[in-house]
Amino acid sequence: MPFDFYVTVAVQGVLTGLVYGLMALGLSVIFGVVRVVNFAHGEFAVVAMYLAFLGFAMFGLDPILAMLPIGLGFFGLGYLLQRHLINPFVGRPEHEQFILLVGLAIVLVNGLLMLFGPDTRHANLPYGFDSYEVANVLIDKVRVYAAAAALVVAALLFAFFRWSRTGMAIRACADNLLGAAIVGLDVKHLYALTFGLGMACVGAAGALMVVLADATPMLAPAFTLLAFTIVIVGGMGSMAGALVGGILIGVSEAFASFLVAPSAKSMFSFAILIAILALRPQGLLGRKQ
Amino acid sequence: MMLKVETLDLFHGDAQALDQVSLGVDAHSVVAIVGANGAGKTSLIRTIAGTHKPARGRILWHGQDIAGWPSHKVCELGIGQVAEGRQIFPTLTVRENLETGAMLKRAKSKRHTNLERVLALFPKLAQRSRQAAGTLSGGEQQMLAIGRCLMGEPSLVMFDEPSLGLAPAVVGEMLRTIRQLASDGLTVVLVEQNVAVSLKLADRAYVLENGRIVLEGTGAELLADDRVRQAYLGL
Repeated sequence: MPFDFYVTVAVQGVLTGLVYGLMALGLSVIFGVVRVVNFAHGEFAVVAMYLAFLGFAMFGLDPILAMLPIGLGFFGLGYLLQRHLINPFVGRPEHEQFILLVGLAIVLVNGLLMLFGPDTRHANLPYGFDSYEVANVLIDKVRVYAAAAALVVAALLFAFFRWSRTGMAIRACADNLLGAAIVGLDVKHLYALTFGLGMACVGAAGALMVVLADATPMLAPAFTLLAFTIVIVGGMGSMAGALVGGILIGVSEAFASFLVAPSAKSMFSFAILIAILALRPQGLLGRKQ
Repeated sequence: MMLKVETLDLFHGDAQALDQVSLGVDAHSVVAIVGANGAGKTSLIRTIAGTHKPARGRILWHGQDIAGWPSHKVCELGIGQVAEGRQIFPTLTVRENLETGAMLKRAKSKRHTNLERVLALFPKLAQRSRQAAGTLSGGEQQMLAIGRCLMGEPSLVMFDEPSLGLAPAVVGEMLRTIRQLASDGLTVVLVEQNVAVSLKLADRAYVLENGRIVLEGTGAELLADDRVRQAYLGL
């Protein structure tokens, strides 16, 4: 097998992995601050995929642009969800949160099944088959666009947490909840903002995903697992870890599909997950507890 | 009267933490609350601060009942707290920790003058402003906790065990700082294991036992009281 093939596969994996990473980033941010595991994460990603698909099918809106309104809408949805539905469960036993979010996930998947049926939907972009050729390496145009968009959204989120006052206040909540209440931070509002930001990530990632995969409701549980795997591999609560984990899983999937079989790709992702849990349980970039 | 607590009851599950607690704090005074571990001192402070919800009773701030208000609204009134265990943000820098204190609406516009004031009060914090707060020594963290509270422009500050776990030399410095703040006009509620010192500092003091106020008076009166001397001063 020529060397160029391997480079192509690796590059495609990295690009897909960045979109995965953005999706996982949403999960990681929510868990890192609110300490709630969003078990409906993949389901929300698929809802975003369908919205992007509809935008494309009905108005010809490019999914990479649709990322903006979908991300914004998901931010609002996330804010309201946290404020009114999830917040009463914060601090309650984990199994209660689990039931709430798994219930939400089931409602979402079945809602999608009712509305769209189980068939896959494909957004046939005009530049869907274009590619760049760099030194004998062929790279899909859509993947480059999607990865670049994911990277921009992730960078904006990093900048927000690093430099904005609200981002600082959210980091303070994650650091010490009692401390945050004592200095007079409005923790419920900041939690809702955080959930909104995590949902904006998953909304944007879902929109971008439409150009990489066909939408079907059955993708949802697989995406939830994928996001978990990435966050655990990258390190719980580490934002950079989510991106690194996403890239690693993206590359692993690409090679597994290419060298073994597309249906075997999850097997390799879970093997990485197990290896990480055995050798470095805090994840690649996670801090030791 | 600035702050008036009336017949406050608080429960942690089935256990009663505060039982008909009443006390008053005059503006620009120092009020000490004395009691053994588990007597309810921290519960009392946290109930006033809004992090615990009382079952019954009133908390009057300049006459307005604020019992059950969420903590961010209580802070907005000018009621600050330096909590037990300091409760700083370990991964944020020293500067960021101070900034979090100034996110209240009442303090936003005075952020710069308050920062200068705090850094003048604790020059060590200025030297370490870009360092993660978790790397500070215990005494420095306590200074940071006080500084962060002052950034919120409070008119009343409740200190919960400010000298707990500090080296003896630092304890003296901490208490001098509190005395200094009080003489500059800050109203102070002080919960302190160091009973003799806190009673000397206090205009008025209350003794809390098993969630009840069992004794009250001026600091000097309680210092002279036989029960206080036996139970808390070991005399």
